[in-house]
Amino acid sequence: MDQKIRVLIAKPGLDGHDRGAKVIARALRDAGMEVIYTGLRQTPEMVAEAALQENVDIVGLSILSGAHLTLVPRIIELMQANGQSKVPVFVGGIIPEEDVNVLLDAGVKAVYGPGSATTQIIDDIQKLMAEK
Amino acid sequence: MSSLVSSRLHEDIWDNRLLLARLITEVENDTATGRDALEILYPHTGNAYIIGITGAPGVGKSSLVNQLALAFRKGTGKETKPHVGIIAVDPSSPFTGGAILGDRVRMRDLSGDTGIFIRSMAARGAIGGLARTTAQVARLMDAAGFEVILVETVGAGQAEVEIASLAHTTIVVDAPGLGDDIQAIKAGILEIADILVVNKADLPGVENTERALQAMLQLSNHSGRASSAGSSSTPVWEVPVLRTVSNKGEGAFEVMENALAHLHFLRTSNEWEKRQHLRIRDEVENLVMQTMQQHWMKNLPPSALDKSVEALYSRKATPYQTVKDLLKLSGFNFD
Repeated sequence: MDQKIRVLIAKPGLDGHDRGAKVIARALRDAGMEVIYTGLRQTPEMVAEAALQENVDIVGLSILSGAHLTLVPRIIELMQANGQSKVPVFVGGIIPEEDVNVLLDAGVKAVYGPGSATTQIIDDIQKLMAEK
Repeated sequence: MSSLVSSRLHEDIWDNRLLLARLITEVENDTATGRDALEILYPHTGNAYIIGITGAPGVGKSSLVNQLALAFRKGTGKETKPHVGIIAVDPSSPFTGGAILGDRVRMRDLSGDTGIFIRSMAARGAIGGLARTTAQVARLMDAAGFEVILVETVGAGQAEVEIASLAHTTIVVDAPGLGDDIQAIKAGILEIADILVVNKADLPGVENTERALQAMLQLSNHSGRASSAGSSSTPVWEVPVLRTVSNKGEGAFEVMENALAHLHFLRTSNEWEKRQHLRIRDEVENLVMQTMQQHWMKNLPPSALDKSVEALYSRKATPYQTVKDLLKLSGFNFD
């Protein structure tokens, strides 16, 4: 039986705008992936635990609230603590230029701002998975 | 053997969420590791109480599962709270094989409770309302110490009745305004119900839905499933019709109490044994068929199927004879 790429798309934090997350979820589904969508307003603990239970291959975080510098490192820390240090994390949303490197340094694989092509994200994920 | 699986797996997996999550993936992908795990764990399973939740898309299955899990965790009157495993199945796209698994959205309340484990599964082309490996995933949870397992099917219509052979208790969820009373007397999903729930009971039309379901039950003379019909001396389970408003948490406790009453009924009548035997028989039959299918596909000469299709297309061959020939080509011999 063929294996599917399993992706967690999560919206940590308090903003209520999930259009972006849903567009990505839909695009990844159409690329043949299994996408677990968590819904809005997740705490870092909820995201790390969902990633564990679903045993996903990769985690995508959508953040438009500006709290990415707090939320993202915390999620990565929790994922390392619960045995998922090898699960890559990518971030999408409104991320100021100067914060991108901070996130990459914190362990994020890629940051996708507004206007990113979904095909690019799909390509990147498939490449990452092929390297595994 | 993979590093995940040792001969002490039944001890390793106990209360080990990370190992459980990884093994579920192996089982879902039907890998050798997954099979090894299931073989080692089998003697240590059979302890969990499996409840199936099914119904049409949008009736509120996920919300009810959420509320039921909360109810079980709040307490059942016993001292120890059961650990609750949840398997939520959603459909895969027939075109891309991808899926969006969104049942966790309705189960927010359950996060933070380490006594609960939620796993989303894509149906991956299976048509009975479950994925092909859902029963095996439930078995892993069983072995990991989850006493109650809630299995939510894909949004089911009239034919997705596979859940009845997996679950000990099957809950069919309906909602007001989904169909007239002729829908209620059609064969299929309503027949497998041990408990009927009318969710969204705060909406107008709830009495009509309730009445249609009651009438359906009276017509079927409380016989429920075929297996409980027949001799009049054996106790009979009367299918209750319950109201819930899952997004407000109303009625879930009663659903749990009725489920436990049904469990008690199964255990005190001979139904438990009968259903378990049926279930195991189903499973073995399915595995034999899957194995034969895999064997057939693996051993078939590469172009044989294409050639047969061509011969059938030009009417030079006939279907049943072709089947015999194809089977023979991959080593099956029966005449």
